[in-house]
Amino acid sequence: MSPQDLPADLGAARPWRPGKIFRWLALTLMPVLAALFGGGVILWAVGVDPLNYYGTVAGRGLLSPSGVQQTLTRMAPLLFLAAGLIVAFRAGLWNLGVDGQFLLGAVAAAASAPALAAILPSGAAILVAFSLAALVGAAWAMLPALLKAYGGVNEIVSTLMMTFLGVSLANLVVKLGLRDPETTVPQTRTLPVEDRLPRLFETTVSSGLLLGLFTIILVHLAMTRTAFGLRLRVMGVNPRAAIHAGLDLPWLTICAFALSAGLAGAAGAIEVLGIQGNVRADWNPAYGLLVVPTVLLARLNGFAAVGFVLLLSVLSIGGESAARRTGVPSAFTFVLVALVLVVLACSEYLDRRARNTPEGAA
Amino acid sequence: MRMAAPMPREPVIALVNVTKRFPGVVALDGVGLELRPGEVHVLLGENGAGKSTLVGILSGRHRPDGGAVVIDGAARRLDPPRAALSSGIGTVFQHALLAPTLTVEENLLLDTPWWQRPKRAELRGQAHRLASELDVLVPLDARVSKLSPAERQQAEILRALLRDSRVLLLDEATSMLAPAGVDRLGALMGRLAERGVGIVLVTHKLREALAFGDRISVLRRGRKVGEIPPERLKGTAEDAPAAEIVAMMFGSAPPNLARQGSRAEALAARGRPVLKVSGLSLPPDRAAPGLSTIDLDVGAGEIVGIAGIEGQGQREFAELLSGQRRDGSGSIRLDGREIAGLTLAERRALGLRHLSDDRLGEGIAANLSVAHNLFLKRIGQRPFWRLGWERRRAIGKNAVALARAYDIRATSVDAPAGNLSGGNVQKILLARELDEGARLAICSKPTHGLDLATAAATRARIRGLAQRGAGVLLISSDLDELIDLASRIVVLRGGAVAGVVAGGSSAREKVGRLMAGAAA
Repeated sequence: MSPQDLPADLGAARPWRPGKIFRWLALTLMPVLAALFGGGVILWAVGVDPLNYYGTVAGRGLLSPSGVQQTLTRMAPLLFLAAGLIVAFRAGLWNLGVDGQFLLGAVAAAASAPALAAILPSGAAILVAFSLAALVGAAWAMLPALLKAYGGVNEIVSTLMMTFLGVSLANLVVKLGLRDPETTVPQTRTLPVEDRLPRLFETTVSSGLLLGLFTIILVHLAMTRTAFGLRLRVMGVNPRAAIHAGLDLPWLTICAFALSAGLAGAAGAIEVLGIQGNVRADWNPAYGLLVVPTVLLARLNGFAAVGFVLLLSVLSIGGESAARRTGVPSAFTFVLVALVLVVLACSEYLDRRARNTPEGAA
Repeated sequence: MRMAAPMPREPVIALVNVTKRFPGVVALDGVGLELRPGEVHVLLGENGAGKSTLVGILSGRHRPDGGAVVIDGAARRLDPPRAALSSGIGTVFQHALLAPTLTVEENLLLDTPWWQRPKRAELRGQAHRLASELDVLVPLDARVSKLSPAERQQAEILRALLRDSRVLLLDEATSMLAPAGVDRLGALMGRLAERGVGIVLVTHKLREALAFGDRISVLRRGRKVGEIPPERLKGTAEDAPAAEIVAMMFGSAPPNLARQGSRAEALAARGRPVLKVSGLSLPPDRAAPGLSTIDLDVGAGEIVGIAGIEGQGQREFAELLSGQRRDGSGSIRLDGREIAGLTLAERRALGLRHLSDDRLGEGIAANLSVAHNLFLKRIGQRPFWRLGWERRRAIGKNAVALARAYDIRATSVDAPAGNLSGGNVQKILLARELDEGARLAICSKPTHGLDLATAAATRARIRGLAQRGAGVLLISSDLDELIDLASRIVVLRGGAVAGVVAGGSSAREKVGRLMAGAAA
């Protein structure tokens, strides 16, 4: 045992060593760059100039005034989804049903907001519709939550199955129950622009962006600085230690699901109240499965997630524009995100192996 | 081709001075072992004695850090597992490794190289011949999922023999079997040995070792502490080797005279009961024997030992007392107050502490910091949390103080607890459970797997706690430890109290016999 192992410097904080920063960069930015490079190879192979494509994406998603406003607006629901996923993942629960929860939340908001706006002041109507969406999202996760908490049923399967049901149910409700009689397109009644979430200053950016930033930072602090967050994390990293410490696992599981799905439902409300104004039948942006790798890439850190959500927004907004200009389908964004995930998994594996080898040999 | 049984046999495989370390633990420490053809060699030892690691090395899953494996006179490597198989070592693991959705025949054909067409007819012929020679009945066309554990095991043994194994390694082979199945397995081992196969039977059950073994090697704390050769095993009376083996398995060191005084003090200091358990019961389930009406009390300042070989209800007893499980019946009184209806957190607040033996599995959350682990059972309580928000300075300051007091060696209290060695993890748990306000501490195998220095420090902590007037329940299967610390030793067997023995060096033999199941 060498002298520096002695407990004299136990309290010494040493947050950022150069090696740590380098590792973080290597493990975080490298996968992104490698994925962009891999995507470039694919584009080149199908006969598209990668530089032209990426130039268009960056130009439309980040550099043009209207593009950047769209990008920032797109971030709002993604931030809520990321916050919801952080809660679940930190608690060790794979809530992969966020798309269903999102869509049902969106429908709840779209159905209630126009009616509420007629009887309440606009701010109150938005608040009530927003809360209702969160409740509907949370309610949709209760079945998987109860099954997991009391039956040990794998939540990956149950939440994924519930998402199929949720998407179909949202569709059905729009087509059968809430269809706006004044249009031929099957969609809900459109919320007038003046009753929607206000826009920021003189731009088209929805104030949902601020709500999203506020929410994800609040969630981050709750997970890292509160007793409740620590209980969820203990359950996430070692459920048996949580039982041994006397934590009420079923209750924590239900709470984590309710929060996670509630935030996903709120994401749907933000999209409807801030951007769309209504829900069309067959509409399913499937943001949830794009945000999952984003949150993992951010290592469940709320602040890092903001950065990666921005990147995702740029890719998806820019990708939609580039689709029109270069003929590359906008689904290519999915390819890029998938590549990030693959590279991330590989680098994580290599990092773990590299770190374990010296210990195993010692 | 049969070998004559009494021929002098050269070892097929010899382990020479084999050492294997895992982070923080020495699992095997200079173990030597010789496996001879036609002999049933029993490896006997408690859980954690190093049996699984030894099986891992022989089956090629672990590579030894030191020492050598000698086969036919030459040093060889057994890892990866394929190398062990081609060296003629067949392993039947504790839990069957057959594909449950395939038939037995299909499982046996899985050994065929991928470029060859499976030779069904040839396999059937061989399998039938082997099965009839050995007098086992393995239904080749049955699906594995439909077979009983005994049949699965026979199928695995058959598979090992079809691979021309010279050595058959049976890892805890009897644990899944009913008594009749155990006897059948014993007979089968005898017939295999007659054919010249070397058999290694790994077990922690003394009775089976004596019944089936030609030679018995005893492991304890990663070392081979003794070997009883065939001539001594067969020649002497039934009881003599049993007593010798119990002494080897559970500790045969001469009693520590320096400690006699403190035990006498503890005996004298026994005050009014801190803990009073009456009629504590738990229905048995498939994995555990349950508990049948346990009565027990622990006085202030007293250390009461709970002895017993693995799986006699010790874990269930500890968990029922601590409140980690609450499905038992009966009365538990702490300082005169009935606590059976209280939650774990409420019991802890009254001073009931539980030092788990599964330190990494449930003791700590390895990814969280040392500081968080120190206060893992106080989440949300003042002064470390206020209104639900963490007070980092209070946590940090107190964690550093505790780390100093308990000599926890970590680079920082913010480092993940999982980075620490086994001994330091135990110190975290000691600090968490024994510090401040402990009235009764349940200590499960407190020194199991620790190095000598940490083990001594841990015993000193436990003794110190008793001297401060708290009661201690010391659950252990280590006779040295029990005799060193406890003033009374309660022996559990099959979930019931098999006997109570007063502490002292004369207790060793009585406790050993009670543990092993012989008449006291």
